[in-house]
Amino acid sequence: MTTTAQEAPPGADQARQADFDAKVAANQRIEPRDWMPEGYRKTLVRQVAQHAHSEIIGMQPEGDWIASAPSLRRKAILLAKVQDEAGHGLYLYAAAETLGIDRAELTERLIEGRQKYSSIFNYPSLTYADVGVIGWLVDGAAICNQVPLCRTSFGPYARAMVRICKEESFHQRQGYELLMRMMEGTEGQRAMVQDAVDRWWWPSLMMFGPPDADSPNTQQSLEWGIKIDTNDALRQKFVDMTVPQADKLGVTLPDSELAWNEQSGQYDFGEPDWNEFKQVVTGSGPRNAERVARRRAAHEKGAWVREAATAYAKKHQNSQEVAA
Amino acid sequence: MSGDNIFTGLAEEHDGDARWAFGTGFTEALAGVDTTLPEGVDGEELARYCQMLGDDALVQAQRLSQWVTDAPELEEEVALANIALDLLGQARLLLARAGQADGTGRDEDDFAYRRDAAQFRNVRLTAAPRGDFARAITTLLVLSGWRLSLMSRLRESRDPVLAAIAAKAVNELAYHREYAVSWALRLGDGTEYSHERMAEAVAHVWPATGELFATHPVEARMAELGVGVDPATVAGEVHDVLAQVLTTATLGEPGPFPEPAVAGRKGDHGPELAPLLEEMQQVAREHPEASW
Repeated sequence: MTTTAQEAPPGADQARQADFDAKVAANQRIEPRDWMPEGYRKTLVRQVAQHAHSEIIGMQPEGDWIASAPSLRRKAILLAKVQDEAGHGLYLYAAAETLGIDRAELTERLIEGRQKYSSIFNYPSLTYADVGVIGWLVDGAAICNQVPLCRTSFGPYARAMVRICKEESFHQRQGYELLMRMMEGTEGQRAMVQDAVDRWWWPSLMMFGPPDADSPNTQQSLEWGIKIDTNDALRQKFVDMTVPQADKLGVTLPDSELAWNEQSGQYDFGEPDWNEFKQVVTGSGPRNAERVARRRAAHEKGAWVREAATAYAKKHQNSQEVAA
Repeated sequence: MSGDNIFTGLAEEHDGDARWAFGTGFTEALAGVDTTLPEGVDGEELARYCQMLGDDALVQAQRLSQWVTDAPELEEEVALANIALDLLGQARLLLARAGQADGTGRDEDDFAYRRDAAQFRNVRLTAAPRGDFARAITTLLVLSGWRLSLMSRLRESRDPVLAAIAAKAVNELAYHREYAVSWALRLGDGTEYSHERMAEAVAHVWPATGELFATHPVEARMAELGVGVDPATVAGEVHDVLAQVLTTATLGEPGPFPEPAVAGRKGDHGPELAPLLEEMQQVAREHPEASW
């Protein structure tokens, strides 16, 4: 006889909890059929879904430039990149589905504004240099956030991240390569690059989330192995890696406090404007309403197509049954 | 370079292209193919023929990529972007061949960004306004079937470059057509509403199909020389496929194709092409001295 959750004898939950804790502590993977605490499941659904939504909404700021990419090679690179993002969204929704939630439900949560996505995509992309800077800084920050998640405790999420990180690092290189080419180009192009760096630098630092002191869920997520490093640690790492790249590119990062600290062996840097961050997260950013509205419009406009596919599949299945 | 060090590798010194995961040499797609002109072929005429096929692909790719972030389902975002990307790849090779054949040395971007609408040689249907998903599928069904028939024959071209491009294109187009067929069936034989939309789309697209089988003098000469394909010769095959698909999709047997008449191939376009190109060319033209 199999024991269901309802019939579990007293103490069974404690035993399963102990088993779960031991697995996480030993860096073993939790798989979809394994028992997991409800809080762990909920936190993961939220985290993976937000990540998936970020990939999908993240298609928009760069997707806006596919039509006007200034060379066919750049058009091909950008089209492929935006397509990859749709693919990342798909892997991540699939990972979320292993936790017992439907992709359609997650889509509803996104377009009704009940679930968030990365605030970075609420900033506009104003020139073609933004395509390069998004690749370099935004994908760069995403990689810093995501590489540790390849070791996250939930198996399907960790495996999705391995694949996604490989593609993200390719995108980041393409972004940096575009910027290098532009910096070797005309004065106007160099000005475009610097302007884009000025606009995206602080939002990129905010991608790591609020300071550790203001991040109440961090401790639990670290214990569960859903999070591997703290927000501030990742932010520091990103700054340390990015400064030499900016030097090599010949752009100035817009932070007067940015300086090498011999003692700590790290860069000191200024504080992002956390009020702006809160505004953008809570929906008052430059493009929040537009991003969600566009996703909602595509979804609603496509309803009849999805219904047709379902109806066709049903008919087809029925006719096969009759034939059999 | 792996794991946590992926990011740091960016600023390291490397020889040549080694910095980039797959190199940056995307421009030499025709490397290794014999590029000498086949005997008896006029380079300028071959270039004009390449522009026709190249412009078809470029303009269709530009139109299709408008579906990115606007498709009914994520899988469709991926598929339509993929199809646009394939066509863009075909366009780049064909336009590069045009610049090689006519001796001007113009590259793919010279053709794409520095010509106006009247100099484009695509058939009109490739530029047709996007419309709804049923129109997109119907247009794709017609164009992919037509291009697949052309490219299948072009594999035998006496121009080794065209033959190589066609060999690659055939595999891509077979998938494009398969994708369009799968949706034509689902929409035609799905709900009552989707059936109506699909029937409307076929009725809308059909009048534009005549042009696909009209033979421009350049196409006629290229066909005579064994370099190109006379589009009139593929009409029967394309019609058979469409008839089979539309009938299975419960949309009924289509009528014959309308009378063929050359239009886009001689630069005679509808009003939709100019704004499409304007959007495509705007950044490149704003920065004429720039390199990207």
